[in-house]
Amino acid sequence: MDKTYDVDQMPKKNPLSLQIDLSKFEKATDEEKKQADVMSESTSFFKDGMRKLRKNPLAMFSIIVLVLIILMITIVPVVVPYSYSDIITVNGKRDKSATNMAPFKYSKMEQQYIDEGGKVFPHIMGTDELGRDYFVRVAYGTRISLLVGVFASVIVLIIGVLYGSIAGYFGGKVDLIMMRIVDIIYSLPDLLMIILLSVVLNEVLKFDGHGILARLGTNMISLFIVFGLLYWVGMARLVRGQILTIKKNEYVLAAQVSGAKSSRIIRRHILPNCISVIIISAALQIPSAIFTESFLSFISLGVKAPMPSLGSLASAARSGITTYTYKLIFPALMIGLITLAFNLLGDGLRDAFDPKLRR
Amino acid sequence: MAKYIFKRVLLAIVTIFIVCMITFFTMNAIPGGPFAGEKAKSPEVQAALEKRFNLDKPVGQQFVIYMGNMLRGDFGISAKTGREISQTISSKFAVSAKLGIFAVLTAVVVGVVLGSIAALMRNRVPDRVIIFLSTLFTSLPSFVLGSFLLVIFSVKLGWVKAWSPTEQNLVLPVLALAAYPASYITRLTKTSMLDVLGQDYVRTARAKGVASWKVLFVHTLRNALIPVVTYLGPMIASVLTGSLVVEQIFTIGGLGAEFVQSITNRDYPMIMGVTIFLAVFMVTMNLLTDIVYKLIDPRITLD
Repeated sequence: MDKTYDVDQMPKKNPLSLQIDLSKFEKATDEEKKQADVMSESTSFFKDGMRKLRKNPLAMFSIIVLVLIILMITIVPVVVPYSYSDIITVNGKRDKSATNMAPFKYSKMEQQYIDEGGKVFPHIMGTDELGRDYFVRVAYGTRISLLVGVFASVIVLIIGVLYGSIAGYFGGKVDLIMMRIVDIIYSLPDLLMIILLSVVLNEVLKFDGHGILARLGTNMISLFIVFGLLYWVGMARLVRGQILTIKKNEYVLAAQVSGAKSSRIIRRHILPNCISVIIISAALQIPSAIFTESFLSFISLGVKAPMPSLGSLASAARSGITTYTYKLIFPALMIGLITLAFNLLGDGLRDAFDPKLRR
Repeated sequence: MAKYIFKRVLLAIVTIFIVCMITFFTMNAIPGGPFAGEKAKSPEVQAALEKRFNLDKPVGQQFVIYMGNMLRGDFGISAKTGREISQTISSKFAVSAKLGIFAVLTAVVVGVVLGSIAALMRNRVPDRVIIFLSTLFTSLPSFVLGSFLLVIFSVKLGWVKAWSPTEQNLVLPVLALAAYPASYITRLTKTSMLDVLGQDYVRTARAKGVASWKVLFVHTLRNALIPVVTYLGPMIASVLTGSLVVEQIFTIGGLGAEFVQSITNRDYPMIMGVTIFLAVFMVTMNLLTDIVYKLIDPRITLD
């Protein structure tokens, strides 16, 4: 139709005509038109999951906690004028009395300096046994622990996904052999192997370079190596299982029939369908890596001093625990918060994104 | 069934062999060897020592000798104390085993009871409290929990005496060790219990008028505990490794504390011996768990 009908321009009708008098009707507004719409707005898998996630108070809470922690570890070292390895000095002089101070206390020298009109940044969490500011050390320790957790889970993610998808996709003999290897690695007692390899690599790799890895020490490198060697098997099994189920779908068959290469089918059709499960289990890998690191720190196989990690701080705090309990409380609190947040977030992500749980 | 057990035993043997191999060859990769210690020795003494411990032979042959000795229960002697490692292991393991058994029992009992309560009172206050607590306890490493328990209950409040060789009070160490597995079992029991409660045979039993305690214990709990059985193997491993730190904190002279000590001392023969012993123990436990699991649930076909 090429012309629009305006009510006022319609010709007058015979009063007895049964034709509808358009002037008696009102045009529907856009809003009213929308109400008649029976279809809800189309939403993607990701959007729907995010909506569910946003409704989950525990998951949102843990996201906020994690964001706050990340803000803390980026801002604190910039704002606080102490470094993690420096013993406190007042006016250029080393302050020997500033050891093991309670939170927000000043040493005698500092007090004197303040009385003379100088400014001393408060020790929010006190100082440690060598007179280093504990707040900065905890912030750095959190940074290292998180770094270890994220890095380890990235290693696990890459190796596990590659291995699992190859085994799951090709199936048959390839799968059989690859999964036997996984079975054997899976049944190795992982913590014992970590301890063993840490001890050995410590002696073999004498690392004297610069950069973050050298400062973390050989123990951390061996931790990463061990994660790369042993911890990926859980992920590989998960990915393989996922792929075996997805592979049976018709759209994979369709892609195969139309001549798509294996790598393309894995990338385009299979991985996107199991990515949510993979991401969730990678997120849950982070607290487990942090736990492992703190365990190793406890048995003196952790990060190299003076670099702190939450585990090494907590383990060092045990020596004076009855008098200086706060020195254990702060790192323990951070470990607990991080683990709790990642676990709750992982649960929330699973509820929101796991296709099996969606209704 | 026999085929399955055979396959599992074979896998376990291969695993143990690989553990031994990794242990032996990585320890061998350490430069210096076990006798390059602090004190300088005369070349004759050095040579005699090397001959005594077969260090003058090629590595492959050393491995065969070591494995042969190990099968006869001989792990060699400690580089620091000079004592027989097998003797140290057998005397220290008794202490750790006692601690471990108590921890495992506590974890299973507490976990199953709390998990069942949580499942039966789903979405009510007890359920929420239990799940909250179990999440909380999975978020603290056992050494942190152990230290807190020690400070609060033993030092500050004085309720529980700390462990000493004369007065072996295991309450706190067992709590520290059992907290994580108990929380895990709680969640596991809750999930599987909810699953079973929704099954048709439970509804049928109820409809038939079977007493509710009988439905709970005979129909529900028995089936709900099957997943818990699968966790027994990993739990024993985690309790054993957990005892490494917990024993250190409560100064219990068990195998765990001995192991940590040998790591700090760089006592390589000892580290090797204990690693292999613990690994064999864990692999065996896993094997038993898998076989028991298969026996009690005929529906499962593992291959």
